Amino acid sequence: MTDLFDRRLVYVTGKGGVGKTTVAAALGLAASRAGKRTLVCEVAEQERITTAFGHEPAGFSEVEVAEDLSAFSINPEDAKEEWLRHQLRSGRLASMLSSSRIFQYLTAAAPGLAEVVTMGKIWELAQLERRAKSSRPYDLVIVDAPATGNGLALLRAPRTFADIAKVGPIRNHAETIHRFTVDPRQSAVMAVALAEEMPVNETIDLENRLQEQMGLKLSHVVVNGVLPERFSGAEAETMAAANGDAGPAAREALEAALTGHERAKSQRSQVGRLKRGAEAPVATLPFLPTPELDMAGLEELSRELERRL
Amino acid sequence: MSAAAAGVGRLIARKEVVICAGSGGVGKTTTSAAIAAGVAAQGRSAAVLTIDPAKRLANSLGLSELGNEERQVDPVLLDAAGLGGEGELWAMMLDAKRTFDEVVETHAPDDATRDAVLSNPIYRELSNTVAGSQEYMAMEKLHQLHLEGRYDLLVLDTPPTRNALDFLDAPRRLARFIDSKSLSFFAGASKAGLGIFGRGTSLLFSVMKRATGVDLLQDLAEFFNTFGDMTDGFRERAERVDALICDSRTTFLLVTSPRAASIEEARYFARKLAAEDLPFGGVVANRVREPVRGAGGARLQTELGKVLEPELARKVGRNLEEQRGLAERDAHNLDLLRKRMGRKPLVVVPELPGDVHDLEGLAAMGEHLFSADALRS
Repeated sequence: MTDLFDRRLVYVTGKGGVGKTTVAAALGLAASRAGKRTLVCEVAEQERITTAFGHEPAGFSEVEVAEDLSAFSINPEDAKEEWLRHQLRSGRLASMLSSSRIFQYLTAAAPGLAEVVTMGKIWELAQLERRAKSSRPYDLVIVDAPATGNGLALLRAPRTFADIAKVGPIRNHAETIHRFTVDPRQSAVMAVALAEEMPVNETIDLENRLQEQMGLKLSHVVVNGVLPERFSGAEAETMAAANGDAGPAAREALEAALTGHERAKSQRSQVGRLKRGAEAPVATLPFLPTPELDMAGLEELSRELERRL
Repeated sequence: MSAAAAGVGRLIARKEVVICAGSGGVGKTTTSAAIAAGVAAQGRSAAVLTIDPAKRLANSLGLSELGNEERQVDPVLLDAAGLGGEGELWAMMLDAKRTFDEVVETHAPDDATRDAVLSNPIYRELSNTVAGSQEYMAMEKLHQLHLEGRYDLLVLDTPPTRNALDFLDAPRRLARFIDSKSLSFFAGASKAGLGIFGRGTSLLFSVMKRATGVDLLQDLAEFFNTFGDMTDGFRERAERVDALICDSRTTFLLVTSPRAASIEEARYFARKLAAEDLPFGGVVANRVREPVRGAGGARLQTELGKVLEPELARKVGRNLEEQRGLAERDAHNLDLLRKRMGRKPLVVVPELPGDVHDLEGLAAMGEHLFSADALRS
């Protein structure tokens, strides 16, 4: 954990629906408790993190949600504006360019531009010397990144862009961002998974592709939603044997218990498969039977992360 | 009612194209595959298309690999999973880059243009790495297969995007990029040489140059210049793809889980479909926990006490109460979903005991999808 929090950037990705946002938010809580000035940053318009910490959506601005913990949601359009203003060193020229229709057409789908300005903003957030003097500096930026395929494409975007633009300001900037994201002392990539067949496959695949495409190692895998193993094998046998003689209410309860037992067993074997298949250390988080992402749940998961990472 | 027309079958009756949309991790891929497999089991031919870097579909269909061509799922395996019969199940995992290349090959007026486009660095990135091109090409391939007409039903599993709308917007953005409005500008720039812009003829161009660098602009100009003659073909195709997704033979199914976050996303998406006037067939709520109906508390403990030791009986009781709570939460969220979706048909698929990743799993899921009680109105 300590070495993870000594980086400047932790990039959290994984298959869709595995709980990346939850893990990123819990990790943020843990880091802020460890005394790091932390920012958890989403790459979507949903602002789920801001709201999970009980705050109103704040648009393109950093919101302090707890002591030493801020949340932010990157919108590529705003990131592009900001980047242009910085690049041209003139708000007037930037807005002239932004309002040009040709420029809008071009940049709306220009190969990887949205991705590169998004990564540029992430990089900027992770710098102790921020672009604007008034911005607060962070020790650690945690990115709640898009799902595996898109997440990897986003991470690779600066390299891709630097290759297209052989020289010039974009290239230099993209190079800087790329060097930062692949420097293991500064940045780490974490995968979130579930203890199920396909998320496990996708995580192993992600680790391989990260290595192939960027020469990067996955720093950690966090398996979310792992069910407790309530019943021993012997107890399961007892329950199965009792099922025939039991009354209707007991039968429903026994079947629920046996299904739960089977699920927990199958999860354990998937976690085992992941541990054998992945080089990165694998930590598990317990399934919380709470309704949705809330503060109490995040708090509990952040303590678990502290213990297990 | 015939089995073919029950449950999700009613939503896809007389349809030729089903597009499954929804946020990541809700089971879009398995739902798409289970629908296609169910239709095949009813004696028709169905193909499921996915864009999947992680080979999820190949996993679940027992295919060792999927190329840019449809492959037939082995009838022997289908039989073994209880999905056999007269029908055929085909699957394809789309290679976006290759599909893009094929479109260029089709539209290029001559070999020189084709090679120039295919080797242009901007084109290479555009077709390979950019979010948007996958979605664009998925629609393109769907259109191609529909035109060929070899299948009774095509099921498209949309790419996993954080924002479920991306797969609709991205292709249009990309089409606009290739569109002539920006093109004429660059075509002129390339023919006249970039120098004239550098001298300040166009303030806009010089500002763009400052922001991006000369080489990039030069490459863009070249890209547009070589691409120039093909844009009409591209635009026509884009229009035909648009026409197909608006067609009454097409239906969108929104796949969701009973979790609050995916329900919000589903609502957002439903609005978008309505705003775009797209044919929205209904919602599939996946992995819904079945309600716990029986007694708990003292009565349950008395019953359990007859067959189990007290300690184990208490654990079984606690486990049931937790299940009850989770199932109540799902039921509550399902109500919410129904309200959010107005009068749209809702197909409820219960959480299955095992996780669905093979043909047997798809068959089990299909049984629920196509059962008469799955459809709630």
